[in-house]
Amino acid sequence: MTSRVDITLTVNGERVTRSVEARRHLIDFLRLDLGLTGSHAGCEHGVCGACTVRVDGEIVRGCLVLAASLDGAEVTTIEGLSDSGEMADLQDAFIARNAAQCGFCTPGMVMAAADIVQHHPHATRAEIREHLSGNYCRCTGYQAIVDAVEATLEARGGAAR
Amino acid sequence: MKWPAFGYARASTLEEVFRLQAEHGDDARLLAGGQTLLATLAFRLSEPKLLVDITGVAALRGIALQGGLLRIGALTRHAELGRDPLVAQHAPLLTEAVPFIAHPAIRNRGTIGGSLAYADPAAELPACIVALDSTMVLASAAGERRVAAGDFFTGLLETALRPGELIAAVEVPVATDASRSAIVEVARRSGDYAMAGLATTLRLEGGVIRAPRLVYFGVGNGPVLAARANAALEGRSLDAAAIAAARAALAGDLDPQADLHGPPEMKRHLAGVLTQRALSRFLPAAEAAA
Amino acid sequence: MNDMPTPASIGLSREDLPNSYIGRSVPRPNLPKLVQGRATYTDDVQPPRLVHAAFLRSPYAHARILSVDSAAAMQVPGVVRVFTGADLAKVCDPWVATLDHLKGMKSAQQHPLPLDRATWQGEPVVAVVADSRAAAEDGVAALAVEWEPLPAQLDIETALDPDTVVIHPSLGDNLCFTRTAEKGDVAAAFAAAHRVVEATFLTGRHTGVTLEGRSILADYNKAEGTLTVHHSTQAPHMMQGVFAKQLRMEEGAVRVICRDVGGSFGIKVHVYPDEVAVAAMAKAMGRPVKFVADRFESFVSDIHARDHRIKGRIAVDAEGKILAFDIDDRTGIGPYSVYPRTSAIEGNQVVNLCGGPYDFANYRCTTTVVFQNKTPTCQYRAVGHPIATTVTEGLVDLAAEALGIDPIEMRRRNLIRDDAYPYTSPPGMRFEGLSHHAALAKLLEMVPVEKIRADQAEQRKKGVHRGLGFASFIELTNPSPFMYGIGGARISAQDGATVRMDPDGSIVALSGVTEQGQGTEGILRQIVAHGVGVPLERVKVITGDTQTTPYGGGTWACRGAGIGGEAALQSAIALKQQILVVAGAMLQAAPESLDIVLGQIVDKDTERERMPLSELGRIVYYRGDTLPKDLPRELVQTRHFITKDYPFAFTNGIQASWVEVDTDTGMVKLLEHWCVEDCGRVINPLLVDEQVRGGIVQGLGGALYEHCVYDEQGNLLTTTMADYLVPMSAEMPEMHIGHVETPTGESLLGAKGAGEAGTAGAPAALMNAINDALRPLSARVTEQPFTPARILRALGTV
Repeated sequence: MTSRVDITLTVNGERVTRSVEARRHLIDFLRLDLGLTGSHAGCEHGVCGACTVRVDGEIVRGCLVLAASLDGAEVTTIEGLSDSGEMADLQDAFIARNAAQCGFCTPGMVMAAADIVQHHPHATRAEIREHLSGNYCRCTGYQAIVDAVEATLEARGGAAR
Repeated sequence: MKWPAFGYARASTLEEVFRLQAEHGDDARLLAGGQTLLATLAFRLSEPKLLVDITGVAALRGIALQGGLLRIGALTRHAELGRDPLVAQHAPLLTEAVPFIAHPAIRNRGTIGGSLAYADPAAELPACIVALDSTMVLASAAGERRVAAGDFFTGLLETALRPGELIAAVEVPVATDASRSAIVEVARRSGDYAMAGLATTLRLEGGVIRAPRLVYFGVGNGPVLAARANAALEGRSLDAAAIAAARAALAGDLDPQADLHGPPEMKRHLAGVLTQRALSRFLPAAEAAA
Repeated sequence: MNDMPTPASIGLSREDLPNSYIGRSVPRPNLPKLVQGRATYTDDVQPPRLVHAAFLRSPYAHARILSVDSAAAMQVPGVVRVFTGADLAKVCDPWVATLDHLKGMKSAQQHPLPLDRATWQGEPVVAVVADSRAAAEDGVAALAVEWEPLPAQLDIETALDPDTVVIHPSLGDNLCFTRTAEKGDVAAAFAAAHRVVEATFLTGRHTGVTLEGRSILADYNKAEGTLTVHHSTQAPHMMQGVFAKQLRMEEGAVRVICRDVGGSFGIKVHVYPDEVAVAAMAKAMGRPVKFVADRFESFVSDIHARDHRIKGRIAVDAEGKILAFDIDDRTGIGPYSVYPRTSAIEGNQVVNLCGGPYDFANYRCTTTVVFQNKTPTCQYRAVGHPIATTVTEGLVDLAAEALGIDPIEMRRRNLIRDDAYPYTSPPGMRFEGLSHHAALAKLLEMVPVEKIRADQAEQRKKGVHRGLGFASFIELTNPSPFMYGIGGARISAQDGATVRMDPDGSIVALSGVTEQGQGTEGILRQIVAHGVGVPLERVKVITGDTQTTPYGGGTWACRGAGIGGEAALQSAIALKQQILVVAGAMLQAAPESLDIVLGQIVDKDTERERMPLSELGRIVYYRGDTLPKDLPRELVQTRHFITKDYPFAFTNGIQASWVEVDTDTGMVKLLEHWCVEDCGRVINPLLVDEQVRGGIVQGLGGALYEHCVYDEQGNLLTTTMADYLVPMSAEMPEMHIGHVETPTGESLLGAKGAGEAGTAGAPAALMNAINDALRPLSARVTEQPFTPARILRALGTV
């Protein structure tokens, strides 16, 4: 048994090697060890969705993943997503529709919304709402967010209507 | 809260898991998807010394049809379960259940083995597994043993798992043309644990109910196989009277506790409503409409 | 906007007027960083030598602290220091939260950490400072505290009974404050009434759940004797004064910096003992100390709100004319009134606001504010409004039902006429100009009432129960010193803005109001660009730093646009005039003959371009030698603004909610929601609309899901986000927002607040919709949240 674990993984396309405390969750690892402060810890018990990041291509709750378990994994955060430009249209739609207010949920919300754009291009409004239902936003009425995702799907030619 | 300090070990074979369990005993906890374990550790209510990561154990993976049974590896993630064509064909109840489980990001990590081992009384999968009359495949250093799902859940957050044992897989009898299944629940919000839920299977043979298994969740210490309601249905034609009989019999099956959502009588009432809703789906008119 | 060209005044639509940004839906400048994860919240700031605080919190609602043993905690790896209440009392003074204008109000002295007694479960008692938050929590776990549990006073109904435990014996009883407003002859009105209807309402204790927990990073520089505090707060200047006073420092030695804030909603405008403790510990240690409340401690230590029981009666004549309201409100606020705004304001607001939209003569309303051993309550978004609106609109609907009058017609007969202003309400609120009837008319354009009623009737035949509910409301915005200042609180109702032009012709605006995500910086940019005459992109807005921005009150009571916006507009106009004076000298033209359009000095008559502002800037800043010696050349202007004519700028609106109640399960499905509100001049419809929607969702959350539930020992049971349910996207309805604009005449801008309207009216509209659905079943709910259990109970099912 060891309380520190050596890991090498890819974060936003860059290989990083660190020795992490076994109990450190992915979000603290990103924020404290890598300085990637775009990911937020909102509840730290897996409910609010503010910590949504991609691990090996799938969205996960970063607060429910041990950094120590990610040796060899590929992690994408809001910073990596933004730098790649793959979801620039989605992010622009968020801006155009004021789909963020305080912005604390926004990185997680964008990661979850990107999952819709990526995997569910024909999602209806109800399906968008359902897919985002694990991401808490206290400021907006969610409607602008749903609008932004729907507009992105439509612009990409995939939306149901 | 931050997680309490613990150690971490990654096992890649069952033997390694068993060795670590033997070495650390109660101080060790198995870590699969971690979606329940890690959430509860954040409450600092328990402080294991070691987390044994079993996600690298290949023997616990995979979904396959074997000897007329669908074998679902314990590490199967909810999302995998939800999109697997074998599951959809042979155990559609599980496919139907997956969207009820939390949210996409959780379903991408959480595993069936983890859900069954944690045995939350309001969780969907334990109830489904009992409703499907499945068999738990439990592995330990001493080898494998099989336990009927109905015997596996022994109390509040308690199972038949022995020290040094883990869930290797679940074996599910495959559905036939006569099989019917449904899962219905009442939850405050999408993805929440249910205030009350019902997973049910039965066979309809010429309109006659055979081997009904109504299993309720969120209304007891674990999945509740409703013996009296099932008996009330067995051998009857499925019609409004049969459903009413099941609802009436249900009173003797359930002994729910009050929780933040409401009193026991509300849970009993909801269970009755769900019985109506689930069974009504199998009425000839409803099936014709679907 | 008397001196400014308005779109209307020159016959152009807003979009056609290049300089006119007021009223335009332009994106916020803050959004790119937010969607790319490049914002800077307090927890993102990591100075050298940083240590982290965690708190041992009382496990009891009421207990004596017999001893604290920190020996084991000090042995935990990473732990640096442990502070008790006695330790902090050496460097930090206690406070008492009362306001002089709330007659008879009392509260007890509160220390950052209590000296000998904990008075609510979750109260911070001992602090551990360590090199990481995790280590600090390990240290807390290793603390040994000996407690003597004491009887807890929990019930608001029995709080004043003679045999009830008095939480603070020095106060004599558990009464914090009581007030009765009375107008007309209530008894006579009820005696003469055609019908009297009454009901008791519960609004359910709930809390803010800002996604970013309360966050503070305090750093004391012993060499300079200065305290720098990065703080997730709504009111940096107020906090500057608080830290200085409690820590016995000069205000000038304290700097509060407030960068991005992850939501506030009133939660972050209060003085929290753990946050003051952090500042005190930083001063004691001479190094930066950070504290970010985690979710569990947020639930037990963020202020709660709306724990009210209200008994109401309404008297009406045969035609449905409202004759009188008689209301008795009782609320529990925890063991202390919260500093410095006090916890009596919410009840006081209920007294001020009940019956608000209606024209009636006889009024009596009493609030009784009592202490209890639960988490302190204080001002939370729409303070008192949802409570007053629930009571008022609930009673109005009941009266309409009793008389067989349609709820819309009932409102039409009783809402204050749109030409009745200025108008003083029975509890003495002065309304400058409201638009209840115009708002109702606008709402009826949006809500297909006939179609909905037909659908409702059709669905009822199938056993599906749908309901449509309405709620008119008023909202208090743009507060003057009458809210807090006259009571002795150092809370500024005035706000300032400094607008300057830099050499490249770009504009920098510094404002005392703050950005919490509502779009303050966005609208200030629009106002300043409009006022000076430059493209939007040329304006940079800076808020949230007491060292650089003009003094102001920050964000509260919907004042950012109305007060901060007006200060920005006036300073922008002043800068423009100053620029034109300089331009006139350069161009040898009369300043009055010139204008600024999109960053160019132009001839006012012909709009011929004369000179870009960058050229003017170049000359002023680098070639001042070429300008006349006596030419005033300060390209910077500061203006402060405070309302003077009215204590508050009231707004109004009306909401409608369309729901389906599953009478088998008690579940409520929100089908659709509408809101028409009048916040005066709308500066940015895009921002206002979604802010109203967010407010509606917050109101719906409180009415449907959110509830701080305690057990009989005073332990909070809802301390996780799996137990305290917040509204999520799947259940929220599509919402339609409309506006009526009645600008206030107190300012050029004419803006009033918009942030609380949604929350003020949504719970009442939802309640009336549910009760409309349940009416054929003779069931009714008046206790929030409207849970399945309560609806099933109302139906007699359980």
